[in-house]
Amino acid sequence: MTSLVEEPTVRRARSTGLLELQQLVVEYGSGKRRARAVDGVDLAVHEGEVLGLAGESGCGKTTIANAVMQILRPPGRITSGSILFEGENILGRSEKELRQYRWRNVSMVLQSAMNALNPVMRVGDQFVDAMRAHEKIDKRRALARTGELLELVGIDRRRVRSYPHQLSGGMRQRVVIAMALALEPELIILDEPTTALDVVVQREILQQVEALKRDFGFAVLFITHDLSLLLEFADRIAIMYAGEIVESAPAERLAASPQHPYTQGLLKSFPPLSGPLTPLTGIPGSPPDLRDPPGGCRFHPRCPHCLPEQADLYKRQTTERPKLRVIAAGHEVACHLVAEAVE
Amino acid sequence: MTAAAPLEVRSLTKRFPLGNAVRRSHVHAVDDVSFELRPGTITALVGESGSGKSTVARLLAHLYEPTAGTVLFEGNDVSHVRRRRDVLRYRSQVQMIFQDPFGSLNPVKTVRHHVERPLRLHHIVPSGQVEERVHELLRTVGLVPPEDVAAKYPHELSGGQRQRVAIARVLAVEPKVVLADEPISMLDVSIRIGILNLMTRLKEERGIAFLYVTHDLASARYVADDILVMYAGQIVEQGPIEDVLSAPLHPYTRLLLDAVPDPEAQTAAQRIEPNRGDASAAVDPAEGCRFRLRCPLAIDICSQTTPQLVEARPQQAARCHVTAPAN
Repeated sequence: MTSLVEEPTVRRARSTGLLELQQLVVEYGSGKRRARAVDGVDLAVHEGEVLGLAGESGCGKTTIANAVMQILRPPGRITSGSILFEGENILGRSEKELRQYRWRNVSMVLQSAMNALNPVMRVGDQFVDAMRAHEKIDKRRALARTGELLELVGIDRRRVRSYPHQLSGGMRQRVVIAMALALEPELIILDEPTTALDVVVQREILQQVEALKRDFGFAVLFITHDLSLLLEFADRIAIMYAGEIVESAPAERLAASPQHPYTQGLLKSFPPLSGPLTPLTGIPGSPPDLRDPPGGCRFHPRCPHCLPEQADLYKRQTTERPKLRVIAAGHEVACHLVAEAVE
Repeated sequence: MTAAAPLEVRSLTKRFPLGNAVRRSHVHAVDDVSFELRPGTITALVGESGSGKSTVARLLAHLYEPTAGTVLFEGNDVSHVRRRRDVLRYRSQVQMIFQDPFGSLNPVKTVRHHVERPLRLHHIVPSGQVEERVHELLRTVGLVPPEDVAAKYPHELSGGQRQRVAIARVLAVEPKVVLADEPISMLDVSIRIGILNLMTRLKEERGIAFLYVTHDLASARYVADDILVMYAGQIVEQGPIEDVLSAPLHPYTRLLLDAVPDPEAQTAAQRIEPNRGDASAAVDPAEGCRFRLRCPLAIDICSQTTPQLVEARPQQAARCHVTAPAN
């Protein structure tokens, strides 16, 4: 393998998505306690793009990440649907094939990744271990490449000899990002990568990810509860609520004309840092229990536009599940209030 | 508001020892911090992790004893009260809300138990009226119907509801000061505003003085009247929050503001690139500005003398040789 610093691989554009989820269903538990954490999700990540996936805790966004990495643990399981990577279904692949797929095709940076490092091993040795699990490479070359990777994320290469506790939280998170880059995957999943860090470090890290993405051309699935972060860093954003995608659109479009009442509520939950201050309301109520989700539209108990006075609409809202419909190029919404774009 | 400050802090200092007897060093977690909390106002205390903001809250809650400096409660020095009765009396006036609404409630006790206990401990109302007061408090924090909520256990509530129970428990003792340490950072985005609105209402209706400890500048601006910005144990800027955020004096405040994701700000060209710096500036600090290694404006004097808080604009003070020079 050539050095990844000198020759970033240029990849050809594809018409289909790099990663495609089709009607994915993931369940936990069984019988009465069964919960559908992900309920019929269609989602595509295209080459070289940053797709943001936003939603509140328990909406299923981390479950999607785990399903894509094929690291769901029982009682979690995929009960239907498919996950296509470069057009091929990865469900049903053998453990050996999956080991190649993980890290080489798709890698993941976890929420508390900074604690994912082994505290009693030098940083360099952990890289060497990870690389040698995937390819034949001698230790000296692996260490040299580790140095290059660390420099890519802005860490002095001499730090290969450091133990994790000698690094700050932000540095450890950067180390984990460097590790995710080690095998030049086509897709990196960032699951709340900066939630435990403060804003200044968060910005530094995200700017670094952007720069690396420009050089290497990988795609990013960026999962977070912080919609304001996605509006700045993502190309496209999908909003998840109670196991379903309720809206997806290019970032600027979502910010300018959000259609789903939940998206509108989320956007109104962030007070502005400049300009006039008006009282905000947030969203009344709290997310539903997925073991017993409300019928019809899952958001209807919290929706300001779901009123018994409008009997016809109310009946549909409370009994009929809205489907995702295209309302403009690249903009999909699942809401009874929104009419389909006229073809 | 002209009423006297219920809580005033003067030159508060807390050092934690590091290392062993041979190589002893100290983290100056809180260093010469002075401010006051006024009734009916919310004062935001912001800074990055490790800046000492939570230590300030804990010192005020009497969970730590200060190394130096004084805490005045209604004019009396309470920094060294030890007698259980005095501590209890102080704590009944100065209450704390914690970050984690999952860890701060007892999982095997009902909501009623949590709200009732302070009422009985501090003899707030005669026992005949306890039930009625519990319901009143639950209504105040928006947990309705109170009869149903009171019988629930913490696991039956959402994070936001749990934080409301924690607030009801705090209100039970009718405190004059409430210390809220990151009260919304573990809650879902859509319910955070509700808690902030509740704080605003309580400040207005009950004249409570709030200290709102947070790293989130936008939420601070939304609720607070005044702001204290901490860096490496020191207050580096303070003043009315609108003034500070619209025209920050200290370069660290500027850096914090620029780091907040703001899709509408088109000021990328003016952004200060954060210099590589060490956050350990509070360990046995030498003379000089603790922010100088990360500061784009640093000049010679910054490494020689520690800047003092200087009121460079009306009510707005900063600790910076360049933007708020001493006369």
